[in-house]
Amino acid sequence: MARLPTFNVAVVSTVLFIACTDFVCCNNGRRVGDNLETEFSGFSVPLEHSFEVDDVAKFRVRGALVLKAGREPSVSLSQNQLSEDDRTKLKEVAAVDGLYRIRVPRVFLQADRQTERQMEGYLTAFVRACAMVESHLSDVISLHTDVSGYLIGVSIVTLPGACRGTEVEDEVDLEVFNTTLSIMAPVNAPGPETALFLERMEQESEKKGKNPQEQKSFFAKYWYLILGGAIFLMVSNSAQPPAGGGREQS
Amino acid sequence: MAKLILLWLKCVVLWAIVEAVFEDQVGKFDWRQQYVGKVRFSHFDTHVQSSKKVLVATERNVFAALNTRTGELFWRHVDKTGSEGNIDALLQHGQDAVLVVGNGRLLRSWEINVGGLNWEVVLDSGSFQSACLVGQQDMVKHVAVLKKTAISVHYLSNGHQKWIENLPETETVDYQAVYSDGNGEVYVLGVVPHSHIAIVVYSMEDGEIIKQVNMSVEAPWLYNIQASCVVVGQGMLTCVDSAGVSFYMLDLHLQLQMTQVPLQSLALEVDPGFHPVLLSHQPNPARQPLSEFFLQLGPDHYQLLQLNNGQIAAMRDFKPSGFFGKQCYKIILEIQVKIVNLFSAETGRRLLDTTLINLRKFNSVFQLYVQAFLKKDDSVGYRAMVQTEDHTLTFIQQPGRVMWTREEALSDVVTMEMVDLPLTGTQAELEGEFGKKADGLMSMVMKRLSSQLILLQAWIGHLWKLFYDARKPRSQVKNDVTIENLSRDEFNLQKMMVMVTASGKLFGIDSKTGGILWRHYLHNVPPNAAFKLMVQRTTAHFPHPPQCTLLIKDKDTGLGTLHVFNPIFGKKSHVTPPALPQPILQSLMLPLMDQDYAKVLLLVDDQYKVSAFPSTKNVLQQLQEMAASIFFYLVDSSQGRLSGYRLRTDLSTEQIWEVIIPPEVQKIVSVKGKRPNEHVHSQGRVMGDRSVLYKYLNPNLLAVVTESTDLHQERSFIGILLIDGVTGRIIHEAIQRKARGPVHVVHSENWVVYEYWSTKSRRNEFSVIELYEGMELYNSTVFSSLDRPHAPQVLQQSYIFPSSISTMEATLTEKGITSRHLLIGLPSGGILSLPKMFLDPRRPEIVSEQSREENLIPYAPELLIRTEWFINYNQTVSRVRGIYTAPSGLESTCLVVAYGLDIYQTRVYPSKQFDVLKDDYDYMLISSVLFALFFATMISKRLAEVKLLNRAWR
Repeated sequence: MARLPTFNVAVVSTVLFIACTDFVCCNNGRRVGDNLETEFSGFSVPLEHSFEVDDVAKFRVRGALVLKAGREPSVSLSQNQLSEDDRTKLKEVAAVDGLYRIRVPRVFLQADRQTERQMEGYLTAFVRACAMVESHLSDVISLHTDVSGYLIGVSIVTLPGACRGTEVEDEVDLEVFNTTLSIMAPVNAPGPETALFLERMEQESEKKGKNPQEQKSFFAKYWYLILGGAIFLMVSNSAQPPAGGGREQS
Repeated sequence: MAKLILLWLKCVVLWAIVEAVFEDQVGKFDWRQQYVGKVRFSHFDTHVQSSKKVLVATERNVFAALNTRTGELFWRHVDKTGSEGNIDALLQHGQDAVLVVGNGRLLRSWEINVGGLNWEVVLDSGSFQSACLVGQQDMVKHVAVLKKTAISVHYLSNGHQKWIENLPETETVDYQAVYSDGNGEVYVLGVVPHSHIAIVVYSMEDGEIIKQVNMSVEAPWLYNIQASCVVVGQGMLTCVDSAGVSFYMLDLHLQLQMTQVPLQSLALEVDPGFHPVLLSHQPNPARQPLSEFFLQLGPDHYQLLQLNNGQIAAMRDFKPSGFFGKQCYKIILEIQVKIVNLFSAETGRRLLDTTLINLRKFNSVFQLYVQAFLKKDDSVGYRAMVQTEDHTLTFIQQPGRVMWTREEALSDVVTMEMVDLPLTGTQAELEGEFGKKADGLMSMVMKRLSSQLILLQAWIGHLWKLFYDARKPRSQVKNDVTIENLSRDEFNLQKMMVMVTASGKLFGIDSKTGGILWRHYLHNVPPNAAFKLMVQRTTAHFPHPPQCTLLIKDKDTGLGTLHVFNPIFGKKSHVTPPALPQPILQSLMLPLMDQDYAKVLLLVDDQYKVSAFPSTKNVLQQLQEMAASIFFYLVDSSQGRLSGYRLRTDLSTEQIWEVIIPPEVQKIVSVKGKRPNEHVHSQGRVMGDRSVLYKYLNPNLLAVVTESTDLHQERSFIGILLIDGVTGRIIHEAIQRKARGPVHVVHSENWVVYEYWSTKSRRNEFSVIELYEGMELYNSTVFSSLDRPHAPQVLQQSYIFPSSISTMEATLTEKGITSRHLLIGLPSGGILSLPKMFLDPRRPEIVSEQSREENLIPYAPELLIRTEWFINYNQTVSRVRGIYTAPSGLESTCLVVAYGLDIYQTRVYPSKQFDVLKDDYDYMLISSVLFALFFATMISKRLAEVKLLNRAWR
């Protein structure tokens, strides 16, 4: 009997929650549209996130990524604040060590038309929800593209990244995302540096050529050693030739 | 002058001695075994009675001569891999062996005594059908090669072409066989599928068509002459239909018409579902074939038939049999489980039966090559080489003695592991004392005393053996390793090599001697199986036996089976592995152990459900506790999808990250993690200015290599992605432009080395990526992929390598203190040990004081191959496919096994043997110095005392 009231509360809160999320969704949807109109050269894709106590992913829009194609693709993000319910839920998820997931749709940046840009499927990544809470929603999201401009992966880390179990004042800290966003294309791996090496070799040989000390011949450099050695040999030979031979044989 | 010569001689002698210093270590720590592969054709060398050669041509494109007494190789020729070196036919005549190679591309003649090439001719293009030797008046001087559209005849002596003729009506007729019986004519047999047989008779002299016959047969089954027809007796073409209903016979000389003889009239019946095969024998190409022939009615069921005046008579039925005949005698050899029977082929009478001695068991016989000979007393002797389905060659000689066996399955090793040998009985006793629970003080003391006594006894026994052996000459002291006396040596240098071969045969090989200690053939292994061998329990947990698990997966269906066995004895374990009804996607070994110290193996099926083996309650409980920290990844290279999963407490999984590399642009060719048993001793590198650069040591890091789908040399590239396997975070993404595979990758510690082909400069290049955390460590106590927010610094450098490579691996030592080397298998058969120091992206282009302090080698774009870096000196390892490294008990020593066609085992010391005294260490000198010092101190002490006393008296 005692369970019934709590159950009711749960139902009510779920209903409330769904309504809220719907509202948020609508709100976001409009914003995405706005962005499309204002940013003429770029195009926009939704950035979605999900955090659930039971860890079954339910993605909702977190913001809109505005991607600008070109030789050096750039990206910017406009996102909403976390609502009151989301904040409490995020904390709940953090308490059970759940995951905070994000996803972006696969896109092809170099295509001209909107229809060609979108591709089937999503790229997903995650952080621990507690890290999200304890870092006060400051995260670093990077998007990776391949050579031809396909988005191939997304990654998210929080700063700081650790979960230490510290309490967080929700009202102040869990409202606004503090996101650092970047888009990364593959770097060109270096090939063998032959040109520089040859240049250096040339320089060295030039240096050698300039230096008169280096140009001296072997005998000119070490004549005193050779002479000394020769004299020493002569002296030791004339002193006691049989002893040396005998020792060698033993 | 005489003095000068003497001096010169001395120099020569001394120089020779200096070389010998290195040669005395040959074969001391290393061994090599050479293989040929599964035999396709084989001939006994019979042209001399005393010859002890058997020629083999194999499916691995190897042509070799084996010693019939020992089974060793006389010589071996390894041709190109793939269809280019494929051996299509082997014909032998006298001292010459003629090979058709590469689908009729080349005709080669070898001198079989020394294995030298007599001649080689390039044949006209066209797909190869058949070849035969052609004789005339008992002299064999020509070889005929039949191609799809032409027939050519070559001289045996020099390979020159005698004549070549285009075949008539090649659009309709499919010519398949060529036959000659020494009457100056060459018969080419063709077939128009399902309608009629075509016979073209050529004159041997000038290639003129003598006769051309189209013989219409009501034979819808006839489409392959070589599979269903043979020529028997006096040129009688005999065929059997695939259903096994009738014989069809046609006289090649008269070509009147085909006569049909139902099998039932001979009271013969083919095993249901079996395609009957005819086997005949033509001992001399200048004579007609024997009139006796075999009809194979079932896998193990042969029937001897005789053709007599155009009538077939059934003689006798046999088990797997081989045929040997000369004009004077015709012998049939039959092999049953342990018995070899000899029959006269003419009468079917039994001549001899002998029992096989010292043979374990024949797996089902696959091929049988027989040679029979008349002994001095006119009785019949035999030799036979038997190839069984597990690719074992067994050589049997009268009376039933197994002369040798060769395990040719080892020419195709797929994967291997090295397992520590168990402790000796006494050591195990000591270990057991600590393993058991305490039961009272007194009994523990007694146990301790008794085990000490046992140790003492063993030690005395050891001393006695040493003393006993010392008196015997060195050659007699043999340390035969058998499965009974296997035990770990002091430094754990001797291990058990568990090798898995493509044929499904497992081997246990002693790493010290290369002796095969156990073998186990797995039946029903699919031909395209993928194997994964895992050590679940090492030998460290006495009294529990060590345990290995082999996952065998059918590549087509993905269905897998598990084989659990003891790696030391090869016996199948009594632990029953779980049945795997679903295709397996991924298997992973966890560091968790059950109460019997067996590591837990997780198998992920295509429903993303996880099953554990062993799956005891204990394990499941541990898994539930650990579930949140167990992550795994899956790779689907066809869709370019890399995805990460996390285990849930109910052993289901959830996807947590996904990276998709579009397969239209680039395809994933390899994904390499780090080896789980790898230790890294130092966390960072000390720089020239005494600061420390910390390594990024992420144990979950994956190196993903991709190749572009566009193969144009300007646009092709290879990509390297470093991905964290837990979070899916792309740590680094680089592409090497104008490059192409095959890419070889080694991933270890904080570096990735890869090798590729540069299409721009047309050369092989090495590239190295190293990852560093920077000057301070984020969290020095523990590494967690979930808590490393800063991306590492990435350094990369590339070098030119003067050779292509076959495979690459890094050395591995016990504690990771020893510097690392890369072991590179070259196509030339050398194994190069390249110090990792040369592949260091911090090699400076301009030398500074600090880099000199750090011992960095100045950058040079080319990596040189120094001859002293070859660890296998002159022991060429053909077709290296893989290199396996294992740590030994000595930190300085790493055990290396290179496998391919050959197997080579050795030890390498990347930082020299810093923890071992040299072989020629002067114990006498050091101990005498010690003693002298000791006595000197004693005496001087005494003297000092006397002096002090004297001074006191004064």
